[in-house]
Amino acid sequence: MSEALLKVDDVTARYGRLAVLHGVSLDIKQGEIVALIGANGAGKTTLMMTICGRPRASQGHIVFNGQDITQLPTHEIARLRIAQSPEGRRIFPRMTVMENLQMGAIIADDPEGFDKDLERVGALFPVLKARADQRGGTLSGGEQQMLAIARALMGRPKLLLLDEPSLGLAPLVVKQIFEAIKELNSQGLTVFLVEQNAYHTLKLADRGYVMVNGKITMSGTGQELLERKEVRAAYLEGGAALEQGGQK
Amino acid sequence: MAEPGKSFGLRFKAALADSFLGGIIAFALFSFVLGLRTVDSVTGLTLQPRPMLLAVAVGTVFFGRLLLNLFVWQADHPLTTPFAKLFSAEPFDRRDITVLGAAALLSALGFVTAVILNAPAYQLIAVVLPVFIGLGLLRRQIVQTFPDLPYARIFITCAILFALFFPLTSFGLEKAFNLGLPLRYWFDLSILVLTYVMLGWGLNIVVGLAGLLDLGYVAFYAVGAYTFALLATYFGLSFWVCLPIAGLAAAVWGVVLGFPVLRLRGDYLAIVTLAFGEIVRIVLLNWTEVTNGPNGISGIPKPTFFGLPFSPFGDNTFSAFFGIKYDPLQGIIFLYYVILVLALLTNLVTLRMRRLPIGRAWEAMREDEIACRSLGINTTVTKLTAFATGALFGGLAGGFFATRQGFISPESFTFIESAIILAIVVLGGMGSQLGVAIAAVVMVGGFEALRHTDGLQSFFGEGFDPALYRMLLFGIAMVGIMVWRPRGIIASRSPTILLDDAKEDLP
Repeated sequence: MSEALLKVDDVTARYGRLAVLHGVSLDIKQGEIVALIGANGAGKTTLMMTICGRPRASQGHIVFNGQDITQLPTHEIARLRIAQSPEGRRIFPRMTVMENLQMGAIIADDPEGFDKDLERVGALFPVLKARADQRGGTLSGGEQQMLAIARALMGRPKLLLLDEPSLGLAPLVVKQIFEAIKELNSQGLTVFLVEQNAYHTLKLADRGYVMVNGKITMSGTGQELLERKEVRAAYLEGGAALEQGGQK
Repeated sequence: MAEPGKSFGLRFKAALADSFLGGIIAFALFSFVLGLRTVDSVTGLTLQPRPMLLAVAVGTVFFGRLLLNLFVWQADHPLTTPFAKLFSAEPFDRRDITVLGAAALLSALGFVTAVILNAPAYQLIAVVLPVFIGLGLLRRQIVQTFPDLPYARIFITCAILFALFFPLTSFGLEKAFNLGLPLRYWFDLSILVLTYVMLGWGLNIVVGLAGLLDLGYVAFYAVGAYTFALLATYFGLSFWVCLPIAGLAAAVWGVVLGFPVLRLRGDYLAIVTLAFGEIVRIVLLNWTEVTNGPNGISGIPKPTFFGLPFSPFGDNTFSAFFGIKYDPLQGIIFLYYVILVLALLTNLVTLRMRRLPIGRAWEAMREDEIACRSLGINTTVTKLTAFATGALFGGLAGGFFATRQGFISPESFTFIESAIILAIVVLGGMGSQLGVAIAAVVMVGGFEALRHTDGLQSFFGEGFDPALYRMLLFGIAMVGIMVWRPRGIIASRSPTILLDDAKEDLP
């Protein structure tokens, strides 16, 4: 077994007095797609934000690439090449697509390589190329999600954190985005994916974790989890039926 | 909105009901404000009713609203459309031409009547509409003939040229219009306007670019002014030494203020900065040993032309050195160019910084602070630099203010100054350099122009002082801009980079 790229070890996080994560442990290895699924309010987004240092873990350790990042400020964590496409996309609405991408490139800190990165991102999401001079806020939801991912990629991350990239998007766009994630992974990028869309996510992921009320309750390969009765009952039956209905 | 299916009778009824309601509200509001007047009499204060005035005010609201309802708001073809079309590329139809023609004809009739009655104020009013239509048509024609000219750039170039050659242009203007104002007045006014342009541009960095609502900007202005004044009077340092130190001192205070408010945003930030502004003023007021308290500091030396003072006496003066006759205007023209250079410097630095990573980070922080952090931007440093840069220019302007006035006291640095500067930034369109400059010229210069509108006296009667209505007009302008241009005079933020290089950047 290779050493984990990101190791979350017995992490507890709280908002004020309210503990949201209770001793969460998971690890992500180089080159994997790891999924975290769970219901609303389970603490998925909190875990993702805790990895980025806000809220800070009140207990436990987070180790990235052999370095303990538990106490680092967010911007320094980001500079270790952990890129995040946050929940709700959070693109810069009044700045153009191009400027959004430039903001993402700050971490890469390589002005000469900017055009190449731009090319790579443009190949992944051609629509962004066409909209380069348009303001971020005028893009459609799907395009904004693509921009959020593209912006994260401009920093040449070692680990990409994706928080609910399918949120509020049409099935066709979701498919497009998941294909892009697959493509990125095949180029060697490690991806940590937080999703409610359990069926698509687990099919895509190498491994997955299930979170309930701030605890990891199950883990296994994506296929294993898909076949587990509890997972099917809690996250899939309804969703899968909808999916099939929608695709007809 | 007009409902095409509705008959005129129904629409008239609705309009009447609406106007009636407006009239009632006007009556309720005006009955105390206009309808009653307190008079000092032998028995003490008594109330004197003014029914005529009240009736006129309520009637104006009622009939004005009725007319607006019938011909604009509820009408199938609002009378305002042709005028709005003047400023678009839409073609006119016959109705538009009829309306515009009728308006011009009516104005002409009004003008003739005013000439016969010998009422110059009414003549002026009668010209407004035709001039408006004429300018609109001219603009339309130019835009249609040369659709691709970079108008904003031309406008900016003209404005800068105008400012650079202001000593000549002001002379020409004075001669052409014969306003009877001394040249010195023109320079004092333009120096005042440019000071506010510079303050607006400085605050624009904090509010417009970084999105940090600062209600205490005048504090930095004060710090700069007092630093300059104290250094110059206590230590006798020269203008060119004091000015940068004044700017730096203000920048340091910008950082000092920045630290405690790092975690604050929006309303909370506004409250703390407001308090900071007051604290600075009150300290200046009470620290008598150093600042001389409410008496202020006087005798601040005027700037010298690189060591050559502007003075009629002595051998080593500006006029003696260049072998020209001394004129008090020379010093003022020099001051004018100093503030012009300072203001342009502010603008230049801002424009450059917007293209640098730090400037980008400011704008990104305004948009989304959390996203910024996840992109590796240190928001602490970003905020502090924004405060410090904004404060630097505030301090420079303050230093200039001190040397120009020759006397400063805490009274010059009250909250209203902060409010005016902020109003300039907001009305101009946050983040737009050109918009801020236009707003400063309109707000400061426009109010000054009120002092010279003597024609209004013949309209409103003797003893009417338009300058007294400054704040009323200020409020009306504010409401008007917020209704019609809610994002400021120049609302659009120009991108700092475009894929297509043919497009020009706007400041």
